[in-house]
Amino acid sequence: MRRVALTVNGTAYELELEPRELLVYVLRDRLGLTGTNVGCDTSSCGSCTVLVDGLSAKSCTLLGVQVDGAEITTIEGLATNGELHPVQQAFHDNHALQCGYCTPGMVMAAVSLIEEGAATNEEAIREGLEGNLCRCTGYHNIVLAVKDAAAAMGSAS
Amino acid sequence: MSATEEKSAYVGAPVKRREDEPLLTGRGTYVDNMAPVGTVFMAVVRSPFAHARATSIDLTAAKAADGVVAAFSAADLQDDWKAAMPCAWPVTEEMKNPPHYPLTDVARYQGDGVAVVMAESRAQAKDAAELVDVDWEPLDAIADVSTALDDGVPLVHPDLGSNECYVWRLDTDATGETLEDADVVVSRRYYQPRLIPNAMEPRAVLAIPGATGDVTLYSTTQIPHILRVLVAATLGLHESKVRVVAPDVGGGFGSKLDVYAEELLALALCRRLGRPVKWVEERSENYVATIHGRDFVTEYTLAARKDGTITHCRARVTAAMGAYLQLVTPGIPLLGAWIYSGPYAIPNYSVEFTGVFTNTTPTDAYRGAGRPEATYVIERTMNDLADELGMDRLELRRKNFISEFPFTLASGLTVDSGDYHASLDKLLEVLDLDGLRAEQEKRRENGVEKQLGVGFSTYNEMCGLAPSRILGAIRYAAGGWDQATIRVHPTGSVQVVTGTSPHGQGHETAWSQIVADQLGCDIGEVEVLHGDTAVSSIGMDSYGSRSLPVGGVALCFAADKIIDKARELAAHELEVSSDDLEYADGSFTVKGSPDKERTIKALAFTAWSAHDLPDGMEPGLEATAVYDPPNFSWPAGAHAAVVEVDTETGDARLVRYVAVDDVGTVVNPLIVDGQVHGGITQGISTALYEEGTYDEDGNLQSANLITYLVPSAAELPSFELERTESKSPTNPLGVKGVGETGTIAAAPAVIGAVIDALSHLGVKDIQMPATPERVWRAIQEAKA
Repeated sequence: MRRVALTVNGTAYELELEPRELLVYVLRDRLGLTGTNVGCDTSSCGSCTVLVDGLSAKSCTLLGVQVDGAEITTIEGLATNGELHPVQQAFHDNHALQCGYCTPGMVMAAVSLIEEGAATNEEAIREGLEGNLCRCTGYHNIVLAVKDAAAAMGSAS
Repeated sequence: MSATEEKSAYVGAPVKRREDEPLLTGRGTYVDNMAPVGTVFMAVVRSPFAHARATSIDLTAAKAADGVVAAFSAADLQDDWKAAMPCAWPVTEEMKNPPHYPLTDVARYQGDGVAVVMAESRAQAKDAAELVDVDWEPLDAIADVSTALDDGVPLVHPDLGSNECYVWRLDTDATGETLEDADVVVSRRYYQPRLIPNAMEPRAVLAIPGATGDVTLYSTTQIPHILRVLVAATLGLHESKVRVVAPDVGGGFGSKLDVYAEELLALALCRRLGRPVKWVEERSENYVATIHGRDFVTEYTLAARKDGTITHCRARVTAAMGAYLQLVTPGIPLLGAWIYSGPYAIPNYSVEFTGVFTNTTPTDAYRGAGRPEATYVIERTMNDLADELGMDRLELRRKNFISEFPFTLASGLTVDSGDYHASLDKLLEVLDLDGLRAEQEKRRENGVEKQLGVGFSTYNEMCGLAPSRILGAIRYAAGGWDQATIRVHPTGSVQVVTGTSPHGQGHETAWSQIVADQLGCDIGEVEVLHGDTAVSSIGMDSYGSRSLPVGGVALCFAADKIIDKARELAAHELEVSSDDLEYADGSFTVKGSPDKERTIKALAFTAWSAHDLPDGMEPGLEATAVYDPPNFSWPAGAHAAVVEVDTETGDARLVRYVAVDDVGTVVNPLIVDGQVHGGITQGISTALYEEGTYDEDGNLQSANLITYLVPSAAELPSFELERTESKSPTNPLGVKGVGETGTIAAAPAVIGAVIDALSHLGVKDIQMPATPERVWRAIQEAKA
């Protein structure tokens, strides 16, 4: 076991982790943050995307012990005081989710993309979300939502 | 609050989904988010071979591993099963259905389960599963559907003496002309690649034993009601002792329309151990343990007169069943059996399906189920027939379109309504075909690397499964009705209980729209419950684009009963005859005296207090309706794909996709567009990207998301959607269903476009999916 300190959605935790524990299971099973979903075991689908020190990362591909000292934001930490984050709001407004399973990862990836200033046009958004798969929406409304959110967050071209 | 006009206008409005907020904030209720205290985790030991006998299964080391609670092989559990795993669709009396059980000691496909290990944690269960020591005696395997009936091939079930499962035929001969004597006959052979559904949520099961011999099964299922009946029968339990819950379900596309081994194992083992049992599928496990779709070889023939009048269609289909029959495996081809004439009036009709066993994961319903397979061969062959006749491809379609409705097809079913010319007209308005042809011509003349192609698909389909009497006639075990209950609470809020089981389709929103309109209330006052057999005890669930045209329509009939009862009560309170009342927007008024009024809301209270009810009236304002549709519903439309093909690399990219669909009345355009977006994406992906492949020993080669390409946003363009609207005359809403239209329509349009881009080079056919290698080879072969 290794002792790991990390901050998740603003709360500091100290955990005893097995070296093999994946970050996503630390979040889900240890901290009860089940909003981050697991969609594959090959880091292909992006359902488990969270922010690690502000950048999107697939939490099924990181070990818990690798993020010692990091600040993690999960989908549960995005809305503030009951107010949806602009990306969450844009997903709702544009019907950018159906079954919702890929949604937490897709939203976190979009937040990161917009904050990096990379969501500048449709092509950039599509390329930027390449690591996140959705089987329901055909991405059409996701792209619209990310455009809207980028505009709302003041980082559109 | 008085009734206002906007109150009756929820149907048709782009109401944003009430399902969204929990899903957007990480509060979804997916099965893997639950684990009651004391939960035992289950791992399944699976066969690495496509066909092999386990000569010994040693569980000793697994049982001794850290945290292990128990481990079982097939023999240990044989007495737990009162029946084999269910197949609900024996399509012929002679159909072969060799029994199979949740665990086996003769594996017949790679991934077949041979043992389970139960442990205190997920990781311990998986670790211990690795310690199960199986001695395998490999047997010869057959994975290829096209050769499975050849002499001397390995047999999946040697006792049957053949890999044939069934032969099913439907023939009509209206005109007495023989196909071979027609002026022009075009015959083509097509292969529908095996598809792996890949709902983003892998399957998961949580079975919880109760205190009185009862069990609760949480499952990632599309069919909680059907599942309850079948697991009860398989385990020998009374249905009243089994509660099935489908909480938030992360997509299905047919792959969660089944009764799976893990559901039965978890139920049986939670009873044995007296502890909750949980199993969660890994993605790589999903590739072998969850059903696949398609894998059809089809020979399709169209015959026509010189003037382009099509006289005959004929389909000869060999369909892979996989190693066993799952819930509706043998029926999948039949879901397209009546529409091998497409949207065309073709008088002579012949289809024959041969189901064959192969040592592969069982096939079953995948989005469109039987209808994409039909549409693909029709539309591809229509193009070739037009070329053979020297006719414009769209003209040939128009000449043969069904143009009067209702129309009874040669296959015997009746198309409810439509306007196929209108859809095609609208498509051409949006497409700018002349501009595209000019651009195509320019690129051809310039010989640039990236050539342009346009492809079309005009389709119809039958959905809204289904009239029970027809299902009975084609030997499907269940009915096709659905149920709705509406309860108006004493203070006027409305609770709706539906038998449909959404997993992304937005029924809570759409059903609220329908009921709020019917009862004239605010949409926020309507709550929709579903997916739990303790709450919604009766239903037929969600698949086959049936939820709205069956379950949604049932809401209207339940609302009618509410209104009828409320009318009687209003008449009693207002001391008038019920004939003297007018109903609009949730309120009854006396004709000629509009000040004399009773709202449904007020009547709900007096029905509940029951102080002064008409003689014989029961208290309360609640009604249940069961709706059995008189016909299938018949969406249709016209789609076009525009692709750019890199002639140097073979890379085909979709640059535009225009879809014009007629799905009858649209309840919520946001949701309908979303269904079309997702549907066409799966069809596009069939044409360009997805292909489940086995090697000759039956090893799945496309065994994860790295080797099987589920497209990302980067592979796709935005889509251009339009609609026409021919209301279905068979239901009061006029709705038809939209879940599968896109998938049914898209693949032939895209492949048609790829071939069109290369037709000047002599390319006439490309096997789906049109991967860069296939496209490049087709170009080289055409050059040679």
